[in-house]
Amino acid sequence: MTSRLGWAPYALLLPSLLFFVVFFATPGVQAFALAFQAPDGTFGLASVQRMLGDPKFSGALTTTVALVILVIPIQLVLAMSMALVINSRLKGQGLWLYVYALPLGISELAAGIVWVSIFTQSGWLNSILLGLGVIDRPITWQSAETPWLLIMCVVIAEAWRATSIIMIILVAGLQSIPREFLEAADVCGATTWQKIRRVVLPMLRPSLQVAVILRTIMAFQTFATVIALAGSGLNVLAGEAQRWATDINDEHVAAAYAGLILVLSLAGTVLFLVLLPTREEQQA
Amino acid sequence: MQSKGMRRSRLPAVLAAMALAVSACGSGGGSPGASKVVMISSQFVPTTEQEAMRKGVLANFNGTVEFIGADPGPFNAQIRAQQKAGKGDISLIGGLDGDFSAFAADGLLTDLSDVATSLADVGINKDYLKLGKLGTDKQLYIPWVQATYIMVARTEALTYLPAGADIKKLTWDQLTEWGANIKAKTGEPKLGFPAGELGLLHRFFQGYAYPSFTGGVNTTFTGDAANKMWTWMQKTWQYVNPQSTTYGFMQEPLQSGEVWVAWDHVARLIDALKDPKAFVAFPVPSGPKGKAFMPVVVGLAIPTTSSNVAGAKELIKYLLQPKTQAATLTSVSFFPVIGAGLPGDLSPGLKAEADAVAAQQSAGDALPALLPVGLGDQGGAYNKVFQDAFQQIVIGGKDPATVLKSLVPTLQGVFTTSKAPCWLPDPPSQGPCQVQ
Repeated sequence: MTSRLGWAPYALLLPSLLFFVVFFATPGVQAFALAFQAPDGTFGLASVQRMLGDPKFSGALTTTVALVILVIPIQLVLAMSMALVINSRLKGQGLWLYVYALPLGISELAAGIVWVSIFTQSGWLNSILLGLGVIDRPITWQSAETPWLLIMCVVIAEAWRATSIIMIILVAGLQSIPREFLEAADVCGATTWQKIRRVVLPMLRPSLQVAVILRTIMAFQTFATVIALAGSGLNVLAGEAQRWATDINDEHVAAAYAGLILVLSLAGTVLFLVLLPTREEQQA
Repeated sequence: MQSKGMRRSRLPAVLAAMALAVSACGSGGGSPGASKVVMISSQFVPTTEQEAMRKGVLANFNGTVEFIGADPGPFNAQIRAQQKAGKGDISLIGGLDGDFSAFAADGLLTDLSDVATSLADVGINKDYLKLGKLGTDKQLYIPWVQATYIMVARTEALTYLPAGADIKKLTWDQLTEWGANIKAKTGEPKLGFPAGELGLLHRFFQGYAYPSFTGGVNTTFTGDAANKMWTWMQKTWQYVNPQSTTYGFMQEPLQSGEVWVAWDHVARLIDALKDPKAFVAFPVPSGPKGKAFMPVVVGLAIPTTSSNVAGAKELIKYLLQPKTQAATLTSVSFFPVIGAGLPGDLSPGLKAEADAVAAQQSAGDALPALLPVGLGDQGGAYNKVFQDAFQQIVIGGKDPATVLKSLVPTLQGVFTTSKAPCWLPDPPSQGPCQVQ
């Protein structure tokens, strides 16, 4: 097989390899070099220390990790339910796919602004609660004094915005499960829950792995939703990287933040590769 | 087979479309006519303001203007990059005195004395023209427009003013009392500050709170007077709407009623003042050292790398004409710097702002505090010191003296790196400003 194809596979891989080297690997290495450089050009840990010593650093790290830990399980459950609805071949399943996928077309910042109009004091949520008589004065959801409430607002907005991308991956995974397996389970008298647990979830493992890894990487980069909903009340790593790059004009500290995001994303990826091994990886 | 044939026959069309797209990219931005002027500005950066500049101010210029509003980082980076390259597209720079002093120090600005002479008949404010020389005998920038920060309140808040208080002569303690009264009666904290991502709260500390409590900014950064100011802010914050940390422009929470009394930049309050029955504009309160306020003078300069000096000079002359100055006022709420004064048919909102600004400037205890001067690309790092102090002291509730002490090395680092001397109201310094 290999001898017949000769060098063709490598030639076909070359464009994507070139793309990777030029647009990802090279800037990535350069960014790391920047992070370990002081503004005067000398190599060392000055910029990393400046990042670690910044009053906003610990808050940004905690908030980012909290967001990742909170948002991913919620999204996974939601996306799984949505994918099962679509895959159930109910009447109008096509419509549900479109409805669920709508947030995919909305940018992160626009989604943030939509949710500001819901959570702001004079926003939709308070108006509805006041109208129903549940509360007698508006609740301040977006206050820096109640950071957990603020994080909850961001989690809800993020869950709404980015669940559909996981759902699409899971739908694709579900549709690749051969019907015979489920029919066999039916013949053996399996309940719906047993089918999901014993057939669907194990066969969905590769899709789940991809979805969780992709979403973790995206969650570490969350930025515009936080800016829109929390302003200066919450800091996240990506927001600090942007602030150091454009406002404070120190590309070295910005690169240190970017490097940290990369390291954390890599750690998350490795963690999920270990936790959710696919069959090939288990055999290897 | 048929579909393969169709695919093949489509290929030339696809290639032609791609070629068209590529050629369109190449000539992006329209034809490079002789009078096209690329203008970069550190002011009018928010999208709405950029749009107002393009449509309301620059559209009537006899030529094409490409207006780029840029945050401090990209603003400095682009101008510096073109300086390094020795040539560039940027023909005109709109910026603050502090931006220009850093460029001038590196010999980046063209002498505009001839433009100043030809504009003698419009009567540009003489003090501002002098500022534009940056201490040299050359006119390195031409003053363009000016602005400042004031207070605005909803009329229903006025009934809660402390007994005997005159809204034009408030003190900061009276503002706190006012906020306390409102909270006591309505149950809600209704003072407001722009402490969000796009907000200008750092200017409140640099130009208002610090000078009016301590008489300086950088030379009085720590000490008893500074601690007193931060303690006042901590105390006042309980009457400030906690959602303030999300506010960029105070006009929106004022209009929605989330906030009843707010401090902000005139351009960020104007939408609220369009309804003169619902809102009042008034001067900022005074502190122990006076009524500090920050005049903002925006200027125009031509970099030595400009590719269209003649066009840029024409654009400067156009922007200083009474008609354009009036259009700038109505479009972006920045006030004229020329002798013609304010147009007669001023909208009620602008009239209210102009009156508040005049009352502020002419107050007996007026204490002008300049925008940072000579910081160059350290401007953002300078602002961050004040933002960090606010986050830790007011939001975090930490001890002011400890936090301020911990920030001194960073603040001193800003001056050591930029070599900027002290500016008003701090006393002048030999060499970089020394933080105390």
